[in-house]
Amino acid sequence: MTDLSVSMSSNAHLASQPLPEAPAKVTVRNLNFYYGEHHALKNINLTLGANRVTAFIGPSGCGKSTLLRIFNRMYDLYPGQRATGQLMLDQTNILDPRLDLNLLRARVGMVFQKPTPFPMTIYENIAFGIRLYEKISKSEMDDRVEKALRGGALWNEVKDKLNASGLSLSGGQQQRLCIARTVAVRPEVILFDEPCSALDPISTAKVEELIQELSENYTIAIVTHNMQQAARVSDKTAFMYLGELIEFDDTSKIFTSPSDRRTQDYITGRFG
Amino acid sequence: MVVQSDVIDDAGPYDRAKALSAFKLGDVTFYWITRLSAISVLLILGGIIVSLIVGAFPAMKEYGFSFLWTQRWAPSADPPVLGALGPMYGTLVTSFIAMLIAIPVGLGIAIFLTELCPQWLRRPIGMAIELLAGIPSIIYGMWGFFVLGPFLANTFQPFMIRIFDGVPVLGAIFAGPPSYLSTFNAALILAIMVLPFITSISVDVFKTVPPVLKEAAYGVGCTTWEVVRSVVIPYTRVGIIGGVMLALGRALGETMAVTFIIGNSFRISSSIFAPGTTISAAIASEFAESDGLHQSGLILLGLLLFVLTFFVLAAARLMLMRLDKKAGK
Repeated sequence: MTDLSVSMSSNAHLASQPLPEAPAKVTVRNLNFYYGEHHALKNINLTLGANRVTAFIGPSGCGKSTLLRIFNRMYDLYPGQRATGQLMLDQTNILDPRLDLNLLRARVGMVFQKPTPFPMTIYENIAFGIRLYEKISKSEMDDRVEKALRGGALWNEVKDKLNASGLSLSGGQQQRLCIARTVAVRPEVILFDEPCSALDPISTAKVEELIQELSENYTIAIVTHNMQQAARVSDKTAFMYLGELIEFDDTSKIFTSPSDRRTQDYITGRFG
Repeated sequence: MVVQSDVIDDAGPYDRAKALSAFKLGDVTFYWITRLSAISVLLILGGIIVSLIVGAFPAMKEYGFSFLWTQRWAPSADPPVLGALGPMYGTLVTSFIAMLIAIPVGLGIAIFLTELCPQWLRRPIGMAIELLAGIPSIIYGMWGFFVLGPFLANTFQPFMIRIFDGVPVLGAIFAGPPSYLSTFNAALILAIMVLPFITSISVDVFKTVPPVLKEAAYGVGCTTWEVVRSVVIPYTRVGIIGGVMLALGRALGETMAVTFIIGNSFRISSSIFAPGTTISAAIASEFAESDGLHQSGLILLGLLLFVLTFFVLAAARLMLMRLDKKAGK
């Protein structure tokens, strides 16, 4: 807990004056989502600011992961799931059925709850995604892989065993490999779906630090069950409950003086 | 309830050791029943090998290793001349061609069923595959003899022969004349017969790929083809190869359908449209009328098939181990 308070007090976002409003990167207007008949998201309105970290909190089943999976149309893989409303990434309508999904997912990367290294070497795990979009020489590829692994704060740990299987790494390393893999494709937005829920505290701290660094270059959305984590890493926080967006504001405001009763109850641990 | 109260009455205070010893007897019995079941497999396998060797011994003594590279098969000559080269060649070639056709088609069906197929089409196709596996091999044999053989001889074979006429190597493989009974027909029937094995095992192992792993691959922007090639197939490689091996084992040993349509010729021809034979087809078509050295020779063929199958499976294991090493495991 001392660790937490130190990192919270050293976090500039919690200082009294809020960050300047960032230009919108992703705009959500009247978004509804259905699993078959089940109405899972109801009239969501919010914007993700460019180069900001937006955290989504709320009890299980409130729809925060569902919302995240709309940003890169991951729900498209499953029949019977559909979204209505408007969802813009800059000038691109994400919900456009004619949209090239592969390109969308190159622009909107995703890191999952469990580490998901591909069944190949560490080097290939990174090079794989790059090769999908670019034809580059071996030496350029080596540079890109190194850069990505440095970006994932993993380079020093794996530089001597790039040809080992990605599955041979520890859980925390695997997760950072997945982050590096996502960064390697040079996305604009990175979605984190409870990225630390399967990690130990030290790995968690490393990933959180990484998220902060990444926010300099990327727009980040993170779903988390850990409220301290939301407070530590995010600029804005959205509280969701039963498929509705209850409150969306600066993280410092949400955690110090929330305007909705339910938000207050949730962050003080009265339910959820 | 009655028994229990009796025990308690007899022993006065509840005798735990006695109750446990009854369990123990059951445990020992159980142990021996399962152990004997397991040992019986070894006994049966050993018995088959021993009786094969005993039966094949006269032929082994007579022909020695020359049995392996003699092509002539003349059981009615005096003394009989027997060589296994033709059947061994036919067995390997038909199985090879069958796998060449069945692996891509089988994997293709499995990929379609698990990754691409709309829900309503899944059951009909899946059931058709299951039914294909349930057709007795004699039916395949008859169908191959009466329908597929004539059809291929009138359409596909002349076409291939014309196209590759004069091309080196391929010209010899697809040489005429077209024939109702041929190595290729047998291989095609074998391919259809082993298809369900490859497909159903591949479908099962494809379903074991964690959805989140596939999502991760889609998440970096992969197309379905790239997800299948780079994630699904590497992840399930061992299972797929297992299915292929099972299919190969079936193809090597399949008898009835092949005997019907391969033509039973012991002469080795470079053309796959010429008649040939396989080990099991040779045994099936001659065993009933054989005696003495001829019969011993056929048993030796059977032993060879046994060894051949063993080596194919061992080679597959070895390949698998080397693949694992390469993947950095």
